[in-house]
Amino acid sequence: MTEIGQGFVKALELIISLDPEVMEIAWRSLRISAASTVLASLICIPIGGLIHFRSFRGKRILINIIQTFYSFPTVAIGLLVFLMISRAGPLGFLGILFTPAAMVVGQMVLITPILLGLTISALSGVDKAIKDTAISLGATEFQAIWAIIKEARYAVMAAVTMGFGRAISEVGCAMMVGGNIRGFTRIMTTAIALETVRGELELAIALGIILIGLALIINVVLNIIQQRYT
Amino acid sequence: MKKKIWLMSLALLLAMSLVAIGCPAPQLVPDEPVPLLPALERVRVATTTSLYDTGLWAHLEPMFEEEFGVELDVLYAGTGIALEWGRRGDVDAIATHARAREEEFVAEGYGVERVVFAYNYFLIVGPADDPAGIKGLGPEEAFKRLMETGAGRFVSRGDDSGTHGKEKAIWREAGFDYEVVRGAEWYIEAGRGMGPTLVMASEEQAYTLTDMGTFLAFKADLDLVPLVTEGDILLNVYSVIAICPERHPRTNIEMANNLIDFLTSPAIQRLIGLYGVEEHGMALFTPAAGMEGK
Repeated sequence: MTEIGQGFVKALELIISLDPEVMEIAWRSLRISAASTVLASLICIPIGGLIHFRSFRGKRILINIIQTFYSFPTVAIGLLVFLMISRAGPLGFLGILFTPAAMVVGQMVLITPILLGLTISALSGVDKAIKDTAISLGATEFQAIWAIIKEARYAVMAAVTMGFGRAISEVGCAMMVGGNIRGFTRIMTTAIALETVRGELELAIALGIILIGLALIINVVLNIIQQRYT
Repeated sequence: MKKKIWLMSLALLLAMSLVAIGCPAPQLVPDEPVPLLPALERVRVATTTSLYDTGLWAHLEPMFEEEFGVELDVLYAGTGIALEWGRRGDVDAIATHARAREEEFVAEGYGVERVVFAYNYFLIVGPADDPAGIKGLGPEEAFKRLMETGAGRFVSRGDDSGTHGKEKAIWREAGFDYEVVRGAEWYIEAGRGMGPTLVMASEEQAYTLTDMGTFLAFKADLDLVPLVTEGDILLNVYSVIAICPERHPRTNIEMANNLIDFLTSPAIQRLIGLYGVEEHGMALFTPAAGMEGK
């Protein structure tokens, strides 16, 4: 118990004193996960809209598959991405293995099902009348989808937040395709994994606190926005 | 009003992603296309967890970077994975400790040459009460005693690493089929690096085979004592191999060679020999450049 207590005190010291190593790792985590979330959102929200908007054979099954992939193991995605971007793999010519770019790609793959699935759910909550009205007023398909997405923006934002949460908290994929290189691809989760087994518990706890703190801030902000504007 | 917020948050997200990709200089309107990767030259070495966990690489890394103006990326994994990365051309050099497999790696044409740079010894550690009574025995006899008495447990790396390979070699020398040993009830396969395996052995109050460097580096946090420290089979030789440019033309052979020259240079050899003396009262490694017979 004293170990945990002391670790906690030291961890708070590290955070309050803005320890350069802790800040650097936290900042890198944020950047990589923000990049992957934004890029994945730009792809997934329109596609989610399209899936929602169109009716086609197998739609139900497609959505079921997407939802199944919510809990796809992160190490399996890591392995898949590793095999693709390793120099011996089909995308090896890019030379991005063990770089932040590889981690962004990995996280994008990881959160794509969540973003797609939750976008579709979000749009399903919108009154069908909006779609019909938009179409009857002469909107094109994309204008209509845009109208629906705008209507469901807070639910879509929640989807994006969920995606960001999964991206920043995963460790398996980041470890495999990033390699946890000090000062280059070391992020909060991989650092926690390493420092814990090394017995450097203060650093691990400090990063854990920051990680939870971030999740808290994001959720509170999201809640405020939702309450104020809905 | 609502629209404004919506647009603002979108702009903010876009700005964040640009900063994230174009890091570290946040430039919203770049003069030239934002490079996906930093332009700085990098060289990658895959090292065993037993070297990494001692902190030796963290100690040498800045010196190498200073001398050659390059970013050294140190990846850590068991020797098995390090060799696999090398075969795939994902790293520029490997620093491992499994002679037979390294020689095979070079013979297959993946590596240029095996260059020895340091050695130390493996040792068998365990709980102070030593339930199987192996203290002071030779490594082969100690393993025989473990097998025959079944007293006490043994934590194996179980990760196809150099240390794991050494452990299998000792079982073989002791006259046992490794598959039979694996099946024993008291035998635990950790599947993790050297540091975590030691921590696990300490928690379980079990025996384990470890390299001297990692054991000294972790000793303060462990409830384990050295039990078997003498025996020819316990020699642990570290070598570095550049990945063959004919096999993988995109690897950085020039910097890989610089790294090998660096590790075997007299100044760095001296530093390797001194590493750990201040903290642990004894050296973690013995410099061994030029001792190719090991």
